[in-house]
Amino acid sequence: MGSHPITVTVNGAKERLNVQSNETLLQMLRERLALTGTKNGCSAGECGACTILMNGEPVNACMVLAVEADGADIVTVEGLAKDGQLNALQEAFAEQNAVQCGFCTPGVLISAHALLERNPHPTEEETKLALVGNLCRCTGYLRLVEAVQAASEKAAPSAPMKGDA
Amino acid sequence: MYMPSPGLPEFDYVKPTSLAEASRILAERPDRTRPLMGGTDLFVRMRDGLVRPAKMVDVKHLPGMQAIRLDEEEGLTIGAATTLNQVAGHPVVQTRYPLLAEAANSVASYQIRNRATLGGNLCNASPAADTAPATLLLEGTMVLYGPGGERFVPAEDFFLGPGTTAIRPGEVMTAIRFPIPPAGSAGRYLKLGRNKAGDLAIAGVAVLGFPNGTPSGHSFRIGLASVGPVPLRAPQAEQALAANPPGEESFMLAAEKAMDAAAPIDDVRASAAYREAMVRRLTFRALRDVWAQMEEGK
Repeated sequence: MGSHPITVTVNGAKERLNVQSNETLLQMLRERLALTGTKNGCSAGECGACTILMNGEPVNACMVLAVEADGADIVTVEGLAKDGQLNALQEAFAEQNAVQCGFCTPGVLISAHALLERNPHPTEEETKLALVGNLCRCTGYLRLVEAVQAASEKAAPSAPMKGDA
Repeated sequence: MYMPSPGLPEFDYVKPTSLAEASRILAERPDRTRPLMGGTDLFVRMRDGLVRPAKMVDVKHLPGMQAIRLDEEEGLTIGAATTLNQVAGHPVVQTRYPLLAEAANSVASYQIRNRATLGGNLCNASPAADTAPATLLLEGTMVLYGPGGERFVPAEDFFLGPGTTAIRPGEVMTAIRFPIPPAGSAGRYLKLGRNKAGDLAIAGVAVLGFPNGTPSGHSFRIGLASVGPVPLRAPQAEQALAANPPGEESFMLAAEKAMDAAAPIDDVRASAAYREAMVRRLTFRALRDVWAQMEEGK
């Protein structure tokens, strides 16, 4: 069992760590950095409770080795709020009562945040497809989708296409 | 209560800096050493205790492993460790190989497709692998690097059984090559899961159609996922479509023959009988859809 020195940026802070070969990124975040917002659900890449951003793209932290994150930029749910202020998506989740037991919420927020980054005004269908990898065992899917749509509507409208009056 | 462990069994992680080094490490103890690309299949199997590698060789950062390159003579080369989202989202794949883009995009969830790779989906050799039928129909060739240098294995010779491929000890898949698709071709991959999206395939049917000099004036290739020990072609269905003019009647006939080509099993996701019936239905729908695309494209 080797240990590996890595440098990884987590929520904007540079971390130098010695991680084990078989340590997952999920374990590193929760157990070394005490970022327990990211949850362990299925440990099989099915439920999405451990979804985090790796270099801007959502991945399942249970399916990435910590050593594979060497040099990466990681954002967890703790990194979405800025200066104690929830972001627009988090506000929408609160306003729309999109949280029930809350276990899936961090992963859903990360997946939805990534969706809005790549597509600021997703359709309902696009929203559902982006959340396929996030299971809510309270089955509160309707409000999750509504909250993402509400956050999207609050965002600035898309730039007008060339040629629009 | 069953509580899944976030941890993985013990192994050593190594990150070689060249293919030669990777191949040498893999050849040392082939039974206990695994190449690592996305890990999305391997980690699940390790947590379930189905595989216990002593060493994982991370090959995804080696030169060319994540590159997509089109050459009008040689065709498309996709690095084996290119993620499925990179494959599905690449403009060249979307415009020139839309069947492959559609197949890549139908695997699991967005998060998984950010890690899972085209090479990994093929090397894992699940009969349900969504990219396998498209790779068969687009005449993909696996580029393997090993102790004897580079060799090329056509997709039709690559899959030997569930989880078993033509890869030899010490070999790494470095790329998948696809020739330029036939002029005027259109494709579709229809996947049936227990859910609309995100599940493994109960059955999957890929169709690639294009005009050519057969008696019917057209060729259709048909590939089947999750209804046999390996991804299958349906040659008798394809022959029927070469002989009979495209239309509902010949599509029904071909769908029957595709069903006969399937050799499914009963498992946790569906019965063999249901899979057979779905192969017939999905084949018919995919043929009708591909033919509509070809008519539109004329």
